[in-house]
Amino acid sequence: MIASTTPIIELRDVSRHFGIQPVLRDITLPVYRGETLVLIGESGCGKSVTMKLMMNLLQPSSGEVLWDGRPVRERNDKEITRERLRFGYLFQGAALFDSLTVYENVAFGLRQNTTMPEPEIRDVVVNRLRDVGLNANVCEKKPAQLSGGMRKRVGLARALALEPEVILYDEPTTGLDPIMSDVINELILQTRARRQVTSIVVTHDMHTVRKVADRVVMFYPLARLGEDESQIIFEGDAEDAYDFDDPRVSRFVRGEAGERLMELAAE
Amino acid sequence: MTPIHHLGQVILEAVSLVGDLVLFGMDMLSWMVARRVRGAVLWPVMYQVGVLSIPVIMVTGAFIGMVLAVQTYDQLKMMHMETQIGSVINLTLVKELGPVLAALMLAGRVGCAMAAELGTMRVTEQIDALTALGANPIHHLVVPRFLACVLLIPMLTLFADGVGILSGWIFSTQILGVDSFHYWYHSVKFASTWDVMSGAVKSVFFGGAIALVACHRGFRSRAGAEGVGRAATEAFVYSFIAILLIDFMLGTLLMRLYYVVWLPFGLP
Repeated sequence: MIASTTPIIELRDVSRHFGIQPVLRDITLPVYRGETLVLIGESGCGKSVTMKLMMNLLQPSSGEVLWDGRPVRERNDKEITRERLRFGYLFQGAALFDSLTVYENVAFGLRQNTTMPEPEIRDVVVNRLRDVGLNANVCEKKPAQLSGGMRKRVGLARALALEPEVILYDEPTTGLDPIMSDVINELILQTRARRQVTSIVVTHDMHTVRKVADRVVMFYPLARLGEDESQIIFEGDAEDAYDFDDPRVSRFVRGEAGERLMELAAE
Repeated sequence: MTPIHHLGQVILEAVSLVGDLVLFGMDMLSWMVARRVRGAVLWPVMYQVGVLSIPVIMVTGAFIGMVLAVQTYDQLKMMHMETQIGSVINLTLVKELGPVLAALMLAGRVGCAMAAELGTMRVTEQIDALTALGANPIHHLVVPRFLACVLLIPMLTLFADGVGILSGWIFSTQILGVDSFHYWYHSVKFASTWDVMSGAVKSVFFGGAIALVACHRGFRSRAGAEGVGRAATEAFVYSFIAILLIDFMLGTLLMRLYYVVWLPFGLP
């Protein structure tokens, strides 16, 4: 029995390095059922890596990732694959399969993991595409024929097809015009309202943060931190970040470079 | 860094690369045995590897046959043995040059394309997307490519052999003026079933090596256009080396087998 207060996903003292390059250090971060958690921070601070660790697409170098309070490493590969289907992932560039049509992309998870007959799959695909504001005539198009915003929406439809409990959005508005960015923000809100999902969003876009976040966590690049400093430099409400004492936080959310240009020149 | 350090680093990298390739291959084999590949995944790959390679394989086979005729005719004529040209062309073709050159051509056409495709899938997170959607990337991407190469590259090799034999015969009889009867008479006398079979056996291993190396380099591709380009180049270079190595080792082994197994039983 899983207690309602048990985080659906939790990182406990997680560190991750690539070769000799450390990216995350001792991160402890619970994600609670039903909330929308937004991860912000400069490029290269480990936000996307954190999301991949949450979904076990990457494994921690040390520390533990827990799903429903149970360490992922205690599960076997089959269990991990099955449980991973509870999570939907919208990748940064949508990561649609180039060789497949839009229909085949959205149907992929259903064909792979269910014995659902094709007419039912078609209904699900058309409904999910409709949920993200696309009609059935995009079904036969290849991803290369779609605009950036359409690709993101197809990616979201694909992530929603298996009716996940958690949706992870990796920079969902990056590269989109302001209107399409807001369409995506609205879709994040609508998805949460319709399906009661837990959402984790990685973004640089403060408009998205203010619009969708229940809780904001800000990461700081490890390379510019001291040995004893925490990599999470802010956790709280989006509005509180604007008046936060730490200038690294307030400057980031306001989009002010400050002395950063000088620092970059000195690096 | 001293030259000794540099040498040590190169050796360590090579050992680590081979180790990683072996583990990758074992993972692929375990998935191949564990679960059947869906036809919807396998057929498009077989079409890419098999059907789309036919034109280049025809060109390769045709030119091997004609080049062999050109190169051997003068030497044989000096010894008044030009009627034997069929045996030289056909034996060299089915036993050595057909399988090796067809494999090298396919390492370029098929191997580089696979590495570039999988490398692009890696850097655009499509491989992560497969995992996220409950598919194992090795089972979904590598196993069908391996099966397609192992099954179809021997067939393409035999096809190249056939085209080479035909082009060598046409060139020798129509351009060089060799008598057709003697051409085939000596061909049949010297080229045995064993020679054709040994070429086909080699090509099975060449196919496996091309697929495995190409998929491995694709999966380990680094980010960006440079990373994908590098993966494609490495796929060709490493496949080339693997083909030559396998050719040497299997050539030696098959020759021993011929004397130990084939000849004592008086097989054709």
